Parts: sequence; structure tokens; C-alpha cells
Amino acid sequence: MPVDTIDLRQEFEAVDVASVLAQLDQELIGLIPVKTRIREIASLLLIERIRQKMALATTFPTLHMSFTGNPGTGKTTVALRMAGILHRLGFVRRGHVISVTRDDLVGQYIGHTAPKTKEILKKAMGCVLFIDEAYYLYRPENERDYGQEAIEILLQVMESQREDLVVILAGYRDRMEKFFESNPGFRSRIAHHIDFPDYSDTELLSIAELMLEGQSYRFAPDARDAFVRYIAVRKTQPLFSNARSIRNALDRIRLRQANRLVSRLDRLLTSEDVMSIEAEDVLASRVFAAASAGNAA
Amino acid sequence: MRITQGCFSFLPDLTDEQITAQVQYCLDKGWAVNIEFTDDPHPRNTYWEMWGLPMFDLRDAAGIMKELAECRRVYGDRYIRVSGFDSSHGWESVRISFIVNRPKEEPGFRLDRQEQRGRNISYSTHAYAAAKPEGERYG
Repeated sequence: MPVDTIDLRQEFEAVDVASVLAQLDQELIGLIPVKTRIREIASLLLIERIRQKMALATTFPTLHMSFTGNPGTGKTTVALRMAGILHRLGFVRRGHVISVTRDDLVGQYIGHTAPKTKEILKKAMGCVLFIDEAYYLYRPENERDYGQEAIEILLQVMESQREDLVVILAGYRDRMEKFFESNPGFRSRIAHHIDFPDYSDTELLSIAELMLEGQSYRFAPDARDAFVRYIAVRKTQPLFSNARSIRNALDRIRLRQANRLVSRLDRLLTSEDVMSIEAEDVLASRVFAAASAGNAA
Repeated sequence: MRITQGCFSFLPDLTDEQITAQVQYCLDKGWAVNIEFTDDPHPRNTYWEMWGLPMFDLRDAAGIMKELAECRRVYGDRYIRVSGFDSSHGWESVRISFIVNRPKEEPGFRLDRQEQRGRNISYSTHAYAAAKPEGERYG
């Protein structure tokens, strides 16, 4: 029985979009373009549901996505979380992710690729297929490469079984650009091209604090200041990979903290001692040494 | 004569929607779902040909329904059944099996009686369809 008017707020609360978005804001720092896109998708779902109730024509939206961005900007993290979000919003039937790379899709000899790719696609039905470093699928330097076969099967399924499966491609920006240039079919079948921006200094600091909180550590006030300086210096050095560099830095800081604690054995430790990270743990980093050496030279 | 075998055999043929629901039930239980086909309708023919490989690690019925559609396209004139294999310790066997496709015409069986010594009679069933060679039995 189609209806003419629908209480939008009631619908909004029924789908529980608000809590999905709030959770996203809380757990992921920065990434404004990503959050905006998810908000848009959520709104679309709401409207589609209402259209269905009003007996208007509804079409299943194309949800295939491509995530591009520099190393450590959270592409994989968001992709893994995306499955949960799409599941809660009702776009995919099951909330899990099948994460694959070239090795899982492309075979080693003639006739091996198609069954292998189909097998993976079967496993990914009803959920999210995440292809990391997707540009490796296409190797232009080898014309007999089997990657092309996998791409063709993927494209076909992405088109014909849109409501069964969401494909997310991820990779570094410049190489994904080249990949899409040589496979125009892919670009047009992907509705959402999301670019992950680099994190700002303050965002990196919030990420560090969130990571430490998850591991039951915390910065002492002067350690926090030292870490702010650490981020500024580390950013200027080569091979900086955003949140991943921060995670590695924190791992090394934890090592130094443990070493500092163990170096003085004859005392009683409080939980406060074990949890807190001091400025000296941060300042002992090679990053500062390299920076001052660079200034001196 | 309509062949009945396995689960739901006294119900009308399942619709695709109902098959999907049953397959999803199997997957939710963690069973591996397989597709098998044959053109020998004899009830004691237990070992059917398998369509493709056993499908482990699937979570959603859509993958199996896709394979089933493919199997029907190739062997639509034969019997096709879906079975769910439970690999957990203590079971290690098929937990469910039901027919999902059958030939349009099912000619049925002839009953042969053989008189033996002492007026004993032994019976055997003989499928009319099996008179033709394999692959040409239906359609």
C-alpha cells in the first residue's frame, strides 16, 4: 500500500544512520572527504527506502569505490570499516570483507586465472571485495600477463551482480591514475572515487593519542610537546607515510620506555609509571639526531 | 513418475527464493554446499557427478545460486541436487540434500520380477530413461 507522506525523522531513526556516522567521526580522525561521501551514501539509502514505501521506481545504487591516497592515509582501515557501515545501512547482506591482492586473483598458467577469480568472487558474494594495490592487476610491460583476464571477469561481475557485491579498489594515487587510464571500463563502473588527503600535524597528534589510548598508554605533558616537535621534524624527512609512520614511532617509543623502566630495577612501579611515556622516550629518537645533523651541515 | 529424494521430497519443487533460503541456512551452519547432477534416476544411484569443486568458505547464497544457474544452463535436462556437507568432528557427512532441478519428462520405472528356485521372487527396478546411453536420456 503506497503512502503519500512519510515522517523523515522517524525513518532516520529506524535506520539508525546517526549512530553509524557518530561512530565514524569518533573512530576516524580527519578524512573529511571520506566521511562526506559516507554521509551522502547513507542519505541515499534513506531516500531509497522512502521511495520504495511510496511505490516509486527504485534502482540499486552502484557502490563500487576506489580509494586513492598516499601511504598511511587510512585506505585499508576505511575499507575494512566500510563493510560494517554498508551492512548496517543495508546495502550488503553480510558485514565482512574479503581482502585480496593480485596473487589471489591471477593464476600462474593459462586457464588458471578464470576459476581462481571466480572462486574469490563467489566467496565475496553478499559482502565487500577489497582489492589492495589494484594497479598490480594490470602489467602493461607483459602482454601475455593473465591479469587482464582477471580484470575482465571482475568488470563483468561488477556490472551484472551489483546488488550482490561491492568492490573497493585501493592504491597509491599516481599509479591508480595510470591503471584507470589503461582500463577505462573500470573507471566508469566505479561510482565513488575517493581521494584520501594527507593528515595535518594536529590530526597526526590526535591519531597518536588515540592509538596510545587503545594500548593503555598516555603521554606525559612534556612528552606530548616533544611528540608535536617529532611530527614536525619527521614530516620533512623522506619516506614519511602518515599514520603508519606514527604507529611505528609509537612502537619504538614503547620500546624505549620499557628499556628505561627496566634499567632501574630496585624500585616499586605504579601503574602510572608503566602507562606514562616521558619526554626522554620521545627525544631519544633518531629523527631528532638526523634533523640536528642536517642543520649543522 | 516424479522422482523424490532427500529433504523436502514430498513438497512441490522449491522456487529459487526457497532454494536460496535453504542454502543460506546451510552456510549459516558452516556447511560446505555442493551442486551435483546426474541423468540416472535410479534411487540407489548415490554417487552423482559434482559440478565444479566443493564450495568451502562461502558466506552468502548468491555465489551458489550463480553456480546453480550455470549448472542448469549446461545440464538443465538432468537431475540437479544441492547438498550441505558438515565437516565438523563426529559428523563428517552430508547433513542435507535436496533436488533443485529435474527433467521435463520423467518416464518412470519398470518393475522386473524374476522367479527363482522354490518359487521365490526377486525384484529389480529398471528406469526407462536408462535404456538410452548416458547424456541422451532426457530431451
